[in-house]
Amino acid sequence: MRETFVAATTALLDEDPRTALVLADISAEAFAPARRRHPDRVLNVGIREQLMTGVAGGLALTGLRPYVHSYAPFAVDRAYEQLKLDLGHQDAGAVVVTIGGSYDGSAEGYTHQSPGDVALLGTLDGWTVHVPGHHDEVPAMLREAARHDDRVYVRLSVQENSQAYPDGGRLRVLRRGGPLVVAVGPMLDPVLEATAGLDVTVAYTNTPRPLDADGLRALTEGEVVMVEPYLAGTSAAAVSSALEGRPHRVTHLGVGRTEIRRYGSWQDHARAHGLDAAGLRKSIVDFLG
Amino acid sequence: MTATAVHTDRLGPLLHRITGDEKHAPSAHSTLDVLWVLYDRVLRITPETVDAPDRDRFLLSKGHGPAAYYAVLAAKGFFPESWLDDLAGWDSPLGHHPDRVTVPGVEVGTGSLGHGLGLGVGMALGLRAQGFARTRVFVLVGDAELDEGSNHEAIAYAAATCLPITAIVIDNQSSTHGWPGGIAARFPGWDVAIVDGRDRNKLERVLSPRHDRPNLVVATVERKGS
Repeated sequence: MRETFVAATTALLDEDPRTALVLADISAEAFAPARRRHPDRVLNVGIREQLMTGVAGGLALTGLRPYVHSYAPFAVDRAYEQLKLDLGHQDAGAVVVTIGGSYDGSAEGYTHQSPGDVALLGTLDGWTVHVPGHHDEVPAMLREAARHDDRVYVRLSVQENSQAYPDGGRLRVLRRGGPLVVAVGPMLDPVLEATAGLDVTVAYTNTPRPLDADGLRALTEGEVVMVEPYLAGTSAAAVSSALEGRPHRVTHLGVGRTEIRRYGSWQDHARAHGLDAAGLRKSIVDFLG
Repeated sequence: MTATAVHTDRLGPLLHRITGDEKHAPSAHSTLDVLWVLYDRVLRITPETVDAPDRDRFLLSKGHGPAAYYAVLAAKGFFPESWLDDLAGWDSPLGHHPDRVTVPGVEVGTGSLGHGLGLGVGMALGLRAQGFARTRVFVLVGDAELDEGSNHEAIAYAAATCLPITAIVIDNQSSTHGWPGGIAARFPGWDVAIVDGRDRNKLERVLSPRHDRPNLVVATVERKGS
């Protein structure tokens, strides 16, 4: 996904003179050709994530469309107040594109992990959150974001599904059956494997904010399983709001709050958080009874 | 009598109309002369050009105690003087920290310290990328505000990239631990001028010339609380 992001954003910078890119050293090498062609619009501020976001706000206030990129723990966790004030409070927008959410940085340790990025953005107003499940879903998100000035978050991950659904903004039904299981982004493949042979409806979205509330209401008969690749319960308020006034039972599966002080691969961490197919199947079967 | 003098004399009464934020009176009044010189003699901005893409940008980073800022903007016609009478009231566009969305002429909403310089750097970069070579960016910062680390990110980056931006630091010695070596020592690689923040002619002399690299003006005023 990271390579797709670099290629798509490089092309956007060539085509649209309104676009700009702000980096804080991460991926700077990959964007070197773009920077040579557009030195005034491809900016690397060094290891300064607060400044990166402030610069994005300033660029937006002069009419440009800034793309901002770093590891999720730096772009979101560290610079949270800049996202809140230098973008939101200024009524300005940017496209924040991250890598290293949740446990993608498994070998790097917890300093390089951010399971809470989408939850943090959930405290702020007006963010569209894209969680692509396949690299072919990424270019359309980036291109669409160039056409307006709103606040957009694109969460790239190393975990990918085997198939792309570029129109995955609304809940898209992939299997029809009983209770609804919603898979966000890269959780789709493990969910499909986990629910093989179970009488459930499986729906997919790569845009959990704003959550497709109409779709959720239409597909929910009474029970909902939310499966997200970041902090468990991140979408609890959005689901509750969508189903307000209707009897329903819901469980939220995702990354646990407890730091797992182990390295290993992202697959190891997925297993530890119960987000591999076997762990998901157990949780879903336990919940549905 | 010049038009300038007439306006200047009106600032006092305008300031007196603003009540309710006395806690921040020292920081509000510390900026008065700098703000007046900027809006009266330096900035290319008027109420008619608040949305012009090539207007000069002034960013009040030190968003607390904006009474002088509001008084100057009112005196220059950016909004009606009557707005000054209901500071931070329910129906008032003017709060204890200014909001760019509600106050004409205000470029950034500030209050939380350490945001203006980063935004100003972004504006300078955005203006340059769009070819607005004449447009200047000024950011007013308090000396205690320099304690915020985010400012150092902006200061170092502007110096390293020779970005044309002017930071004005109001020095009323309000930083808890101060700055060994003085404020200018915190701005390596910047052009530096240190002036009496109450001397309008000297302020004009240091603020008017264009710099093609980062430029620091330290405006020294009476110590906070003195």
